[in-house]
Amino acid sequence: MLILECPYCGVHAEETELSPGGEAHLKRFGPGSSEDEFEGYLFVRENPKGVHFERWRHAYGCGKWFHAARCTTTLEVFGTYPAQTTEPPKDIKDKISAKRPGWRWRDFA
Amino acid sequence: MSDLAKVIRHSARGMITLRGDLTSSPLKKAVKAATGYTVPKAGHIAGDDTKGVIWMSPDELLVMVPYGEVEATLAALDKTLLGKHYLAVDVSDARAVFTVEGAQAHEVLARVCPVDLHADSFAVGAFRRTRMAQVAAAIWRHEAGFDVICFRSVGDYAEGLLRNAAAAAPTGALG
Repeated sequence: MLILECPYCGVHAEETELSPGGEAHLKRFGPGSSEDEFEGYLFVRENPKGVHFERWRHAYGCGKWFHAARCTTTLEVFGTYPAQTTEPPKDIKDKISAKRPGWRWRDFA
Repeated sequence: MSDLAKVIRHSARGMITLRGDLTSSPLKKAVKAATGYTVPKAGHIAGDDTKGVIWMSPDELLVMVPYGEVEATLAALDKTLLGKHYLAVDVSDARAVFTVEGAQAHEVLARVCPVDLHADSFAVGAFRRTRMAQVAAAIWRHEAGFDVICFRSVGDYAEGLLRNAAAAAPTGALG
């Protein structure tokens, strides 16, 4: 069972109280972008074995979107953080680096 | 065999959804004037079911007043918050309200909600929005047990759920 702490209300919400929102930190490419960029934005997703960043919504709680950093192999949760950011906060990255040295996810490391 | 806890369904209570900047002083003042309580911290309720205020999310409160006072309270809120970015709306008739009371009330709710309801982690005055079987619900603990609110459209379902959970034999798993 996956338990994530909602960074807004501090509740430790179990998976069924949350809605998954797919991959985190996508950059939107809209009108005027190249076909490759648009394709990447729409379809190309990471599918890592290990460190992953996801969006979740506290659907049965405060209703807010947030981000979670976790490991897809061990289900370990490195941390959650608010959605108003374009990259993971430093303390989360440091925590991952301590546990998974040399990790890399898209442009983050 | 007697039930684990007593489930009571209440008639409508006065409830006002209030959204806005919870840290702004006009909103704090408006809440204080309406209920007599200050804005509670996250995950808590101030006051009780007749008059109180609940923290629903970082930008939302639920103000509870007696049913007959809703209109006057709304008017007072609107007056205090005029010109500010806020939303105050009467949701009294959109809610079903229950009380689950008794020493085993936590076990009844633990059967239908994925929440740690031990008194150490969910003490008197604690509030939480969660999932109750298949529907959204909000619960808080008071001296006699728990109060549960959910949408009235699923009120009959929630009532059946709670009565069924209360009727089943105790497992003793929660001590």
